Amino acid sequence: MTRDNSLQVDKDGNLRHFLCIRGLTSNLLTDILDAAESFAGVTEQTVKKVPLLRGKTIVNLFFEASTRTRTTFELAAKRLSADVLNISVAVSSTVKGESLMDTLSNLEAMHVDMFVVRHAESGSAHFIARNVAPHISVINAGDGRHAHPTQAMLDMFTIRRTKGKDFGRLRVAIVGDILHSRVARSQIHALNLLNTGEVRIVAPKTLIPAHAETLGVHIFHDLEEGIRDADVIMMLRLQNERMEGALLPSEQEYFQLFGLTEDKLTSAKPDVTVMHPGPINRGVEMDSIVADGPRSVILQQVSHGIAVRMAVMSMAMRRVGMGGERN
Amino acid sequence: MTLHQAAIFERIRIHGGRVIDPANNIDEQQDLYIADGTIQATGNTPDGFTADRSIDASGCIVCPGLIDLYANLREPGQEHKATIASESHAAASGGITTLCCPPDTQPVIDTPAVVELIRLRAESAGLCRVLTIGALTRGLQGEQLSEMSALLNAGCVGVSNARNPVSNTMVERRALEYAATFGITVFLFPNDHWLSGSGCAHEGAVATRLGLPGIPETAETVAVARDLALIEQTGIQAHFCRLTTNRAVRMVARAQFDGLPVTADCSLPHLYLTEIDLSDFDSNCHVLPPLRTVEDRLGLRNGLANRTISVICSDHQPHEEDAKARPFPETEPGISGLETLLPLSLRLADEGILTLSEAIQRLTAGPATVMGLPYGTLSRGASADICIFDPDAVWQLVPETMLSRGRNTPFMGWQLKGRVTNTLLQGRLVFSRNAG
Repeated sequence: MTRDNSLQVDKDGNLRHFLCIRGLTSNLLTDILDAAESFAGVTEQTVKKVPLLRGKTIVNLFFEASTRTRTTFELAAKRLSADVLNISVAVSSTVKGESLMDTLSNLEAMHVDMFVVRHAESGSAHFIARNVAPHISVINAGDGRHAHPTQAMLDMFTIRRTKGKDFGRLRVAIVGDILHSRVARSQIHALNLLNTGEVRIVAPKTLIPAHAETLGVHIFHDLEEGIRDADVIMMLRLQNERMEGALLPSEQEYFQLFGLTEDKLTSAKPDVTVMHPGPINRGVEMDSIVADGPRSVILQQVSHGIAVRMAVMSMAMRRVGMGGERN
Repeated sequence: MTLHQAAIFERIRIHGGRVIDPANNIDEQQDLYIADGTIQATGNTPDGFTADRSIDASGCIVCPGLIDLYANLREPGQEHKATIASESHAAASGGITTLCCPPDTQPVIDTPAVVELIRLRAESAGLCRVLTIGALTRGLQGEQLSEMSALLNAGCVGVSNARNPVSNTMVERRALEYAATFGITVFLFPNDHWLSGSGCAHEGAVATRLGLPGIPETAETVAVARDLALIEQTGIQAHFCRLTTNRAVRMVARAQFDGLPVTADCSLPHLYLTEIDLSDFDSNCHVLPPLRTVEDRLGLRNGLANRTISVICSDHQPHEEDAKARPFPETEPGISGLETLLPLSLRLADEGILTLSEAIQRLTAGPATVMGLPYGTLSRGASADICIFDPDAVWQLVPETMLSRGRNTPFMGWQLKGRVTNTLLQGRLVFSRNAG
């Protein structure tokens, strides 16, 4: 924990790498949300660029396929006036390790300033942050089942814009494949750090990790019970391969039990907000009527993703790139 | 092992030390006399004995050379990680005089030729006795029986399928029955590979937080239950390698109480570390079976104290730097443990888990009994395998002074107490640390 902390934050408490929510302070999360608020203004203007990272080179290093996350990181970097390089590394299972170290040192030799990393293995972002040159900043864009902190922060940002700054009065339910979800882990840490009134997870027992209660959540196995009087429902994506690992019998049965429908939604608060990190499996995790309905903020989440990523990138780079210079 | 060097055997007197020989219940200040590679006497000077060499063991403990039941030496097949010569040197510096090499070398130890190769390499290094454990199934594939009789004749001291699964229960039953035919000890790794799957950490709170694929406790207990049933049916002498869970320790204790011929060991890291040590993805804590919970660690310590677990082993697995320089799940599991075996076992005595004599017993007479070996004792006529260590020497484990080629250890930087000063193998001084 303390080592996580020293890895992510410098001695003055400024962001150095952004690897996971755990180990950060609530003040720092609030700083990120505040910064995102000002960048959200920028992205809504006609001239969408600010010159904060002019002359900096940011590498999107994706070891795992992604369109949405990579695109919003790219847009965020460009709106900060940075140069962006997208690298998708196809990995063969046998030589992953070597190629990762080699890839890193090759890119370092090109004098880049930041790596935005996505990788299929938990702990990859920590590993890369520990092994890059000291001037390089690392942003975790998703590592295995471990963390996806920018997704969690854009979710917090969306909640704050929808429900206000006081998380203490909110009841939030996270529904779906918690076991394999890096998004859920980061969301839970962020919600708890921001003093959310109650955090719940809702899933069949096969999709709840061991000792999940130690994450600081209440566990439910019934959707209607789990979302009862909820202010926010955060749905998770269900990967198709979960059927193969004997975790679930079928998409039909999953939808019947855990799919979010208008009908089920009546047990939540009337003004409940429905979120999803995308891409949605319509008819598996939720009904189209819910996804496209008035309570859904799914598209706002996407555009907030750009502002939040601008905030995180500029905060991490400001420290690394310009020494002590701070606004 | 026969070292045909009788002509150069020295007559050695080790004097001034505190002799601890758990096999003979000895713990007192005595002199030790060695000739022809064997222990001649303890206490009084034998008639007509004149020493060619005297070793001053004042302030030190003199005990039988340690026996490490399970150490991967990486040769043949993975010489980029370590060699028999390099690891023999490390063993000697750690007071270890007998090592058992598991069959998962490349090629697998399933033919007398590989047994012979390892023996020749070990003899040419000449620093440590290296014994081999043969494969239980051909190629460790878990399908066909190995030629156990041939392996036994070639010198194997037991058979094992190492960490490779025998998924087919009938194959396991037949393999145990066949081994029972020859009275061979079978070394079993209790692991249900379906339950452990692609896991790399104990399925618990830490793995949940870090998002690491988990290995549940039941991966071990289900396998122990299956193995115990087959052990009872086949009447085999069996040894459980690397118990890691409290429940499995209790199951084995129960079986022992019921009279089943089963013994068990645990590895040293599991006596000190838990899942919590993984918390920032420290790949040096990536071991299989994984580091478990605080309760499990306590269960192992209790099992060690009440003799359910009669052996502490290093589970030595040296790796090159690259093997650990990856994201945690992609790193190769295992810890380089030869050089910490003695000091960390001694620490169990400091912590009041075992007496000093018991700690030494678990490294000498304990494994000797499991293997049916004549070593691990200072009895008159026994091979003069001796470890002399300064129990008060405090030192820090640092990469520069490690002799193993693998520097992969989570104990790096630890302050350790107790350091080997001299090691003798069959009456030959194979290691001596200069004072200071």
